[in-house]
Amino acid sequence: MTPVLQVNNLQVTYYTDAGRARALDGVDLTLNAGEKLGLVGESGSGKSTMALAMMRMIKPPGRIEGGQVIVDGLDLMSLSDDSMLKARLSKIAYIPQGAMNSLNPVIRIGAQMVDAIKAHDQGSSREDIEKRCKQALESVDLGANVFKMYAHELSGGMKQRACIAISILLKPKVIIADEPTSALDVVTQRQVMETIDRVQKEIGAAVILIGHDMGLMAQFVDKVAVMYTGRIMELSSVRDMFVDPKHPYAQALIKSLPNLDNKGVFNGIPGMAPALLQLPGGCAFHPRCSQVMETCKTQRPPSIALSGGRILECHLYSEKA
Amino acid sequence: MSDLLEFKNVTKTYSSGLLSRVSTIALNNMSLKLDAEQPTITTVAGESGSGKTTLAMLLLGFTTPTSGQILYKGKDIHTLRGEERMLFRREVQAVFQDPFAVFNPFYTVDHLLTVPIARFKLAKSKSEAMNKMVEALTAVGLRPGDVLGRFPHQLSGGQRQRINIARALLLRPKLLVADEPVSMVDASLRANILETLRGLQKDYGVSIIYITHDLTTAYHIANSIVVLYRGEVMEAGDVDKVIKNPQHPYTKLLIDSIPWPDINRRWGETEIKVRESDLSEKSAGCKFSSRCPFVMDKCKQSPPLFRLSEHQAASCYLYEQNPTIDPGKLSDLLPV
Repeated sequence: MTPVLQVNNLQVTYYTDAGRARALDGVDLTLNAGEKLGLVGESGSGKSTMALAMMRMIKPPGRIEGGQVIVDGLDLMSLSDDSMLKARLSKIAYIPQGAMNSLNPVIRIGAQMVDAIKAHDQGSSREDIEKRCKQALESVDLGANVFKMYAHELSGGMKQRACIAISILLKPKVIIADEPTSALDVVTQRQVMETIDRVQKEIGAAVILIGHDMGLMAQFVDKVAVMYTGRIMELSSVRDMFVDPKHPYAQALIKSLPNLDNKGVFNGIPGMAPALLQLPGGCAFHPRCSQVMETCKTQRPPSIALSGGRILECHLYSEKA
Repeated sequence: MSDLLEFKNVTKTYSSGLLSRVSTIALNNMSLKLDAEQPTITTVAGESGSGKTTLAMLLLGFTTPTSGQILYKGKDIHTLRGEERMLFRREVQAVFQDPFAVFNPFYTVDHLLTVPIARFKLAKSKSEAMNKMVEALTAVGLRPGDVLGRFPHQLSGGQRQRINIARALLLRPKLLVADEPVSMVDASLRANILETLRGLQKDYGVSIIYITHDLTTAYHIANSIVVLYRGEVMEAGDVDKVIKNPQHPYTKLLIDSIPWPDINRRWGETEIKVRESDLSEKSAGCKFSSRCPFVMDKCKQSPPLFRLSEHQAASCYLYEQNPTIDPGKLSDLLPV
């Protein structure tokens, strides 16, 4: 099976007055069609930068320094700006954080959907385009009447689903959803996630779900990648991640989660994420790590592959390997 | 036994429209008591539009109830004047949802802490004020050297939220209203903030009203819970009982929808009924009836609270064989 998405050594740097901040420090990722990957990490770990870089939507002072993003055999980084415009939505779609605020308030939902299709496909008739829009709305559980509505007439969850409908209009190969439910309550959240799950299966796309809610990840994704200071610290199947996390940061993250059995026990992660401008030497996590060794302070751990497609960056395991 | 705070049949209605008045009942006939002697953490849970923030605004005296009374130490908070009002303002503190919006970006964080000290004349000298600040910051698990003299943008969301708690703590409050204090904070920092809140209640004897839509954190921090839906109490009682063994169909749906970070505990199978667009605003009777899978004819009338056990009650006709309880006695259900 050829992967539908392949990210190789992706690097993004923000040039600020205070210095250069490496927001993405060489990230590799492979995803098959129909797979769902969760990208988790604290604020500032680079997960949203990762999404924007894959869409080539990094704005100055940020710059993509290198790497490849190959979707369906096509390297997005090598495309001209015009071809990239065409690739967005048709190859790779993005549901931004707080997507409900990204709908235009003075244009009907339907018109925004028609716009999106027309930008990629001038040949179709008006009726045909309208039919496709209504089908997309139907598939996210919104009535066809939403086509004629304005954003303010919809609730938060409905707006979010309308955004999902737009993102699947052209049946993209990869859908990136950046905290699609962070502003919604639990019941609506479940509805939205079930919607993404269903449409994803229908069009067979790969999904990258970005967020910091590990609960949501446990319920939704197949693989989890834990990010820290612009690098992937651990990538493994969702079951391995929750049952037997390997990286000390992943272990602390899993341990900090509230569950039904450990009422009143709070295991926060001590310390705070380092500023990207002053990254500690060696492994970036070493000042907070409970199992820190001498080598961690000076040498960056190499990326090592374990069985089951598991990838780790930690000296604890590199010695054994 | 004296009451710190009492809600007496409080109703809050918001009206809109110039010609035809459209009114929304944000909170309907709510009664709640908090005991002054035994500090406790009470969760008020519900989805958006359930009236939980209205409850916070009423508690803090920011809006007036349409009917009913809110008493603080036996006196209506809207009749307090002068020193009594200052005391109320000092003893009832709040921590809000957004740790980014409450800071003035032009001042260092010291400003946020020195203003209340000056306003309430908590310290006689600068060094005493400094000591108080250091003490409060240490109590919430911050190193004063890390945060004092810094500007808000130099701090993380978790640090800012803890400074907010420190500010509240500085005033030695009796009651803290925490409106979604962790929803905008990274998951890895949530545990730290919740632990801080818990410490306030245990070590400093502060009662906390914890307002949230996140039942996972509610379960971990609170003693008791009140579940609201569109301004009505659906279920209330001991947080262990309500979360582990919910009875009201709405609470069941809520708890079924929690994404537990547990690979062996999947999202429930209960189907979510009705598209939101089909919900009629003005359904009489039980507010949840339009979405309820067990709806009966009887549900066209508002159900009273039925007592299920010593520390649990649900407002649902499914339990009509149980004795009813007076909504004014809601607090008796809540363990401390």
